[in-house]
Amino acid sequence: MSTFRLDGAEVPFEDGDTLMSAAVRAGVHVPHLCWHPRLGQSGACRLCTVRVSGRLAAACTTRAAPGLVVENRTPELDERRRMLVQMLFVEGNHFCPGCEKSGDCRLQSAGYELGMTGPEFDEFHPQRAVDASHPRLWLEFNRCILCKLCVRASHEVDGKDVFAIGGHGIGTRLLVNSPSGRLGDSALEPEDLAARVCPVGAILPKRRGFEVPIGARRVDVEDAAAAGAAAEPGRHPEDDDARS
Amino acid sequence: MTESDSRAASVAQVLHRHGGRRDALVQILREVQEQTRWLPREVLAQVAAGVGLTPAKVEGVASFYRFFHLREVGRHHLLFSDNVTDRMTGSRHLARTLCRRLGIAPGQRTPDGLASVDFASCIGLGDQGPAALVNQQRALTRLDEPRVVQLADLLRAGEPMENWPAEWFEIDDHVRRADVLLGAPPMRGEALRATLARGADATLDEVAASRLRGRGGAGFATADKWRLARTAAVPEGGTRVVVCNADEGEPGTFKDRVLLRRHADAVFEGMTVAAHVLGAKRGLVYLRGEYRYLLDGLQGVLARRREAGLLGANTLGVAGFDFDIEIHVGAGAYVCGEESALIESLEGKRGTPRIRPPFPVQRGYLGQPTVVNNVETFVAAAHIATRGGAWWAGIGTPESTGTKLHSVSGDCARPGVYEYPFGVTLEEILHDCGAGHGSAPGRPVQAVQVGGASGLCLAEHEFGRRIAFEDVPTAGALMVFDAARDMFEVARSFAHFFAHESCGFCTPCRVGTELVRRRMDKIAEGHGSMFDGATLEALESLLHGTTHCGLGASATNALRDTLARFRPAYERRLQAPDFQPGFDLDAELEAARRVTGRDDPGAHLERHG
Repeated sequence: MSTFRLDGAEVPFEDGDTLMSAAVRAGVHVPHLCWHPRLGQSGACRLCTVRVSGRLAAACTTRAAPGLVVENRTPELDERRRMLVQMLFVEGNHFCPGCEKSGDCRLQSAGYELGMTGPEFDEFHPQRAVDASHPRLWLEFNRCILCKLCVRASHEVDGKDVFAIGGHGIGTRLLVNSPSGRLGDSALEPEDLAARVCPVGAILPKRRGFEVPIGARRVDVEDAAAAGAAAEPGRHPEDDDARS
Repeated sequence: MTESDSRAASVAQVLHRHGGRRDALVQILREVQEQTRWLPREVLAQVAAGVGLTPAKVEGVASFYRFFHLREVGRHHLLFSDNVTDRMTGSRHLARTLCRRLGIAPGQRTPDGLASVDFASCIGLGDQGPAALVNQQRALTRLDEPRVVQLADLLRAGEPMENWPAEWFEIDDHVRRADVLLGAPPMRGEALRATLARGADATLDEVAASRLRGRGGAGFATADKWRLARTAAVPEGGTRVVVCNADEGEPGTFKDRVLLRRHADAVFEGMTVAAHVLGAKRGLVYLRGEYRYLLDGLQGVLARRREAGLLGANTLGVAGFDFDIEIHVGAGAYVCGEESALIESLEGKRGTPRIRPPFPVQRGYLGQPTVVNNVETFVAAAHIATRGGAWWAGIGTPESTGTKLHSVSGDCARPGVYEYPFGVTLEEILHDCGAGHGSAPGRPVQAVQVGGASGLCLAEHEFGRRIAFEDVPTAGALMVFDAARDMFEVARSFAHFFAHESCGFCTPCRVGTELVRRRMDKIAEGHGSMFDGATLEALESLLHGTTHCGLGASATNALRDTLARFRPAYERRLQAPDFQPGFDLDAELEAARRVTGRDDPGAHLERHG
């Protein structure tokens, strides 16, 4: 089997693998927010930016090739990643203490993992309305990081196309496909992968609060890096099959 | 018939014309809007049903392009070109004057719905600005105070555009220096005949021998691109595709406007030569929405060429040589100049750059091998097909063969289009265009921005450098700034441009360009500190290499160059050793003072200075 070098270790890969899919199979953590084993590649969050034979590239969109020398967890790359996470924090309204997702949030985990101690950049404080129209789900646009996991999950796995992306630049936003544009009039159901795949607290089940008490949530019981490397959001048993 | 009925009827007509093809969505939306003025929700829903896409998907596409209006605009919608060179000629002041006379603010519509005014990125008239688009149909040039005053009267009176003074719409070509391309007589099939006589293989060899490199900026060898597409597998029932990138969006560039007006035959002929070499049946021109006013003329040239047997089935009587060209009009999105975003847009989608590989030459338009070349590249290829590769290779420098067109604007006496062999020095161009350099009269030139907002900003000590891929590469814009210009403001204007034009797909570009814009504005407002300079440098270094495409990677080039070369323009604004907030803390208390009805000293923060 062919291999490439990732931070000095040989990583085997199969035909069609990206650097990310090969690394995940080998149990190596490359920080990421918009990649998911069951969904098509995106390359939007850029957290998985690595150095491939000296050049910067996203691990999730770069095809593995024999003999590549890839740097992953260098101080320089983690510094870039920390800035990207800070950008996502200031772009939306992320108030971790009041968020049900806190402790199981991939953005928050990435912040801890990369040593983020504050937002550093000017916070945009956008004014975005919450969509509470769905009887069983919340859609909290303030926390959306535009990873498009729900868009891809709904299209590729659920076959419903509940979500789309609209706008451009800093005005880019998640759109809901329904006559009114509201989630309650859409076909989304809590069991859909699109409803479970959100890495942050933008799409959450209603009527569930503090089921896992703070102090017992994932980042509280695992170390940050392990939490980042652990389950992808919306995990189902078949996801593990897909990864193995 | 109610307004909504007649609207539905015109939408149905456009959908019918395009056979409800979802890959024509951008054209459908543009043509619908030309009838309905804007795109209300029910229109989007009708289009969605007509092309078989979800309404959200259609809204997603419509809201991506700056020229599609999801909120109602005025009967006459004016877009002032907002490049830095436009600003230098007073465009912002004129826009404000017009708005004041109409009683609105930029972005607003008059209460009677007759007019609205806003800004657009460079519309490609930097040699005759200030300029503005009217309903994205026609362009007003050489605006000045008296014209704007009269314009306000006409708008308020609801006078149709057809009745406005004709001279307001005059567009000059301003060809100041013509060489082998601009000086050539109109092309009427000679390149195509030479190609057919020589054969596809030998023609490709000539293009290779010419060492022609793409004129869009990246400088990829044209023959290599053609060869890759030529050897790529064509999907079942498909063809190879030749695309002309006429999305000349780089601020300060307008040379393609002139080529499309004066040498459209050579552009189409170059595409047809490429089609013969590739065995392509389909040709597409991606014409930027700002150049919508060129569409009818270009369609006329295509019709004439079809009649002359230079396009269409059995071109020039050669059985099986069936190549034709369609024109796709963009809708205001700079990122669509990037070839994979351009192809997405041609397919009716949001103009988000694709993940590469696969490259367009492998899988491009609708999954077919696609060559995307710049307007000027096709003109050069047509002449190479006629006169041979050795002829072209004998012009310019060994690494950068042939000539290059430059759109010259800014502080010079003779703005316009200049064609020079590669290897020309900046000094020569500055001399020819009447900029104040050396012994020339006028204020001395301080800086030259070569290649547009994403290009290089050079200072006086570098004016001896040469235009060539191996020294100063360029996509064709050259903006001149004299000693009175504030180079910080130049960089700030480009920061605004990139924040406005980011597609929003990836984190570093979407958020980073906005952070840079805000930080530059904060500094411009007098709240700068040393801390802000360090933040800008950190952002600049992050954007290089971390973004999904070249737009983000070059978004801070001007920032980098001006920081390196015109440091004093920043330093004087970044004197404070401590961080300065970007807002006035005391002013923020105003709401609280209003609510409590207080305005005594105790209700104010201690004022400094």
